[in-house]
Amino acid sequence: MRACALVLACLLALLAAAAPAAADDALRPEVDALGEGSLRDTARAVGELAATGDPAAVPVLEALRAGDLYVRREDGRVFAGERDGRDIRLYDVFTGEDLGTVGRREALPIRVNNNLRSTIDAALGQLRLVADDAAARERAARAIFQSRDPAALPALETALAAEENAEVRDAMELARAAIVAFEGADEAARIAAVERIAARGDREALSLLSSLARAAPPAVVEAATVGIVAIERRLAFWGTVQDVIFGLSLGSVLLLAAIGLAITFGVMGVINMAHGEMVMLGAYTTFVVQEIIRTTAPWLFDWSLLIALPLAFLVAGAVGVAIERGVIRFLYGRPLETLLATWGVSLILQQAVRTIFGPTNRQVGTPDWMTGAVEIGALSLAMNRVVIIVFALAVFAALIVVLRRSRFGLEMRAVTQNRAMASSMGIRTDRVDALTFGLGSGIAGIAGVALSQVDNVSPNLGQAYIVDSFMVVVFGGVGSLWGTLTGAMTLGVANKLMEPWTGAVLAKIAVLVFIILFIQKRPRGLFALKGRAAEV
Amino acid sequence: MARWLLTRTAAGLLVSTALAGGALAQDDGPIKVGILHSLSGTMAISETTLKDVMLMLIEQQNEEGGVLGRQLEPVVVDPASDWPLFAEKARELIEVEDVAAVFGTWTSVSRKSVLPVFEELNGLLFYPVQYEGEESSKNVFYTGAAPNQQAIPAVDYLMEVEGVERWVLEGTDYVYPRTTNKILAAYLQSHGVAAADIDVNYTPFGHADWQTRVNFIKEFGNQGKKTAVVSTINGDANVPFYKELSAQGVEASNIPVVAFSVGEQELAGIDTGPLVGHLAAWNYFMSVPTDANFDFIDAWIEYIGDENRVTNDPMEAHYIGFNMWVEAVEKAGTTEPDAVIDAIVGVTVPNLTGGYATMMPNHHITKPVLIGEIQDDGQFAVVYETPSTVVGDAWSDYLPGSDELIADWRAPMRCGNFNVTTGTCGGGGDGEG
Repeated sequence: MRACALVLACLLALLAAAAPAAADDALRPEVDALGEGSLRDTARAVGELAATGDPAAVPVLEALRAGDLYVRREDGRVFAGERDGRDIRLYDVFTGEDLGTVGRREALPIRVNNNLRSTIDAALGQLRLVADDAAARERAARAIFQSRDPAALPALETALAAEENAEVRDAMELARAAIVAFEGADEAARIAAVERIAARGDREALSLLSSLARAAPPAVVEAATVGIVAIERRLAFWGTVQDVIFGLSLGSVLLLAAIGLAITFGVMGVINMAHGEMVMLGAYTTFVVQEIIRTTAPWLFDWSLLIALPLAFLVAGAVGVAIERGVIRFLYGRPLETLLATWGVSLILQQAVRTIFGPTNRQVGTPDWMTGAVEIGALSLAMNRVVIIVFALAVFAALIVVLRRSRFGLEMRAVTQNRAMASSMGIRTDRVDALTFGLGSGIAGIAGVALSQVDNVSPNLGQAYIVDSFMVVVFGGVGSLWGTLTGAMTLGVANKLMEPWTGAVLAKIAVLVFIILFIQKRPRGLFALKGRAAEV
Repeated sequence: MARWLLTRTAAGLLVSTALAGGALAQDDGPIKVGILHSLSGTMAISETTLKDVMLMLIEQQNEEGGVLGRQLEPVVVDPASDWPLFAEKARELIEVEDVAAVFGTWTSVSRKSVLPVFEELNGLLFYPVQYEGEESSKNVFYTGAAPNQQAIPAVDYLMEVEGVERWVLEGTDYVYPRTTNKILAAYLQSHGVAAADIDVNYTPFGHADWQTRVNFIKEFGNQGKKTAVVSTINGDANVPFYKELSAQGVEASNIPVVAFSVGEQELAGIDTGPLVGHLAAWNYFMSVPTDANFDFIDAWIEYIGDENRVTNDPMEAHYIGFNMWVEAVEKAGTTEPDAVIDAIVGVTVPNLTGGYATMMPNHHITKPVLIGEIQDDGQFAVVYETPSTVVGDAWSDYLPGSDELIADWRAPMRCGNFNVTTGTCGGGGDGEG
């Protein structure tokens, strides 16, 4: 909502800047025509507006594309508008002048569908080819590449002759090649264009060549086929790499969900069925942090996840300590009762969150630095996935350091290995128990912050991860953090390598069967603890 | 056979005692209306809203003087997203609470779970959610869409307007997606789509890692033919699916996704900026600019006390179903189930999108089909509307076996699965009455 309002504000600023008062009424008939009749009539009006070649049309078309143009019912005039609660605030489409709010019954939004949006993109492409901003020119060239509209060719040639930026030139040449490959009169030019496109080597090029190969003269088809084969070979290689990276990404999600459990279940031996709810609490903490930032300090939004991290750790950690002190400490050594009691706690937490925040999903936004993609070779990796992989490994490293290098880690290991001895050495074992459980829960909370970026934030969030988490910890070897890391990554990659062949349902079953068989052979998992500690 | 006879006799006895009870209870006390929606567990996310809208509708009706001069009294129970518990709670509503009608259930499993109870005790159930069809019961009124009121018009739209030639049918692994996709695949092939141009895939409930599938969809869509995804993905799996679509840059202008289970409420958990242009097919959208809809939204927001709450298609279905029941009771002059069942066929009430809904003899209703595109504010903009309403088809014409069946609960036929080829009623289907 806020982002949308911001875009609108920018558009309005553009409107105001781009349109000198004299140009207003020149375009008025074309603009008002946008609001008349069906979608097809609007598309025709867009063409006519674009044909004027007037730069003042650009912001109008952008507003139309964003669905921000409204027709006033009484006189059919077109305005820019913004939803204001249940009312609509209208602005003059050229000057951006604020015309106050009207009820939603008085002004109707102009309908836009995918086809119309493509038409607008093509029209904007032509108008924007001469924009001052290089990125805008490049986008315009890409839009023409997509639409392959022959009408754009003259404008493209003119722009190309004047273009100095190498990247934009490249995009423009590709766009020209896309048009020529389909519509060129001269066969040699078409084949050259096909080769130019094939050299691009990505999916879009493949898609374009495939549709070309179905309707063109034989020589062009042949060139296209050669290009298709080359691109497919290249993509096949990268496809395997991609599957492995998908696997690592799934593995890092599993690792995040399971690593807290590796402490509470792995190290302490507590079967904590409420572990997933700690993840959920972390995700809801993120939501609350973002809500507060939205209402009080929007400029902090890009930092919201970093702010949420310590808070999520504290919230989930505190709840964890409370559960340990309130329930679990009375049940040490009675795994079945612990399981049932923590299961009950998980239901209580779920219903509490449902009562406080409502049963529906909550929206957690993605900061700008986590959107977009990283290009490596023919791969494009979603930025949010890359961040999660790095983050999971960082949490893992931090945990190892805490356990190996800090006094608390030392006490914790001492207590879990030999409680009586640790106690007689002056360690307050019940305090260590509470803190250890708090640490495991807090880390689950941190995981919740990351998972809010890829999954729903709903009261059921935790349930989705509890089974997978136990699977990872048991498979990796109870009590071993390295086992949890290896287990998570192995399961993730195995799942993703299998999925393209078997489908998600079968892949999941196969992994489960594999774990069952594996546990039969090695009941202590991948990394079994050895020596006396294992016997305790 | 013996067992069947036994249950039949038992049912008959129960019905007659219920009738006797009903006759004795002809007083001025309130009429009880059952609300059978999960308020806890996984389905609470969708069903709690429907409980609230029913309470609002009953309150409004009471302000207008109730029904037959008597007030309505809602009886809310919580089946907790637990399918067998649905049957128990349904029995409790009818036997213990003696409700005149029940509005409830969401998933097909929960409907199948309560169906025998309603048929045995002769209760009335209004089912407000789109479903896979292939069912018609004397005791159930299907106010949500059958596949021909949602899936098929959506596919038609994509074929005709967007020129789609290649299809990915992506669903969650259970009965609704599987049946719908079977119908759709048959329909597409009958319209000249090659089998190689259709990819059907199922994922488990709550599937959260969509990287591989979205990547596959991109690959499948880059074969030079316009490609679309038809999504019957259910519930919680949708949010990660849409998040992955936007993370991998799948834009609606290249590969549109049309969904049958994603409405305003599901979108509330997602930033819809990158999803603009993806589609959904429903019979109602909150954005429909009719006065009836504006009034409904105003009343809803006032009732719930939250400016940001949305309305959605199943809420409209309850609105229609409730008004139909009220009118049928007024027409029959009693809440007695058999009289209401006879009276309700043909009852016509206004819907919220500027038209009318009629209860058909097969216990499905007439609905307009709307195609909407997702907007950046989490709403849908209607881009297509069927020129007239569509009659819900209980038995699909595109499935072998099912194409021979019709349902008609009026006298003399009174049959939920009449085979027009053999001219007999029944074939062991659910509609056996």
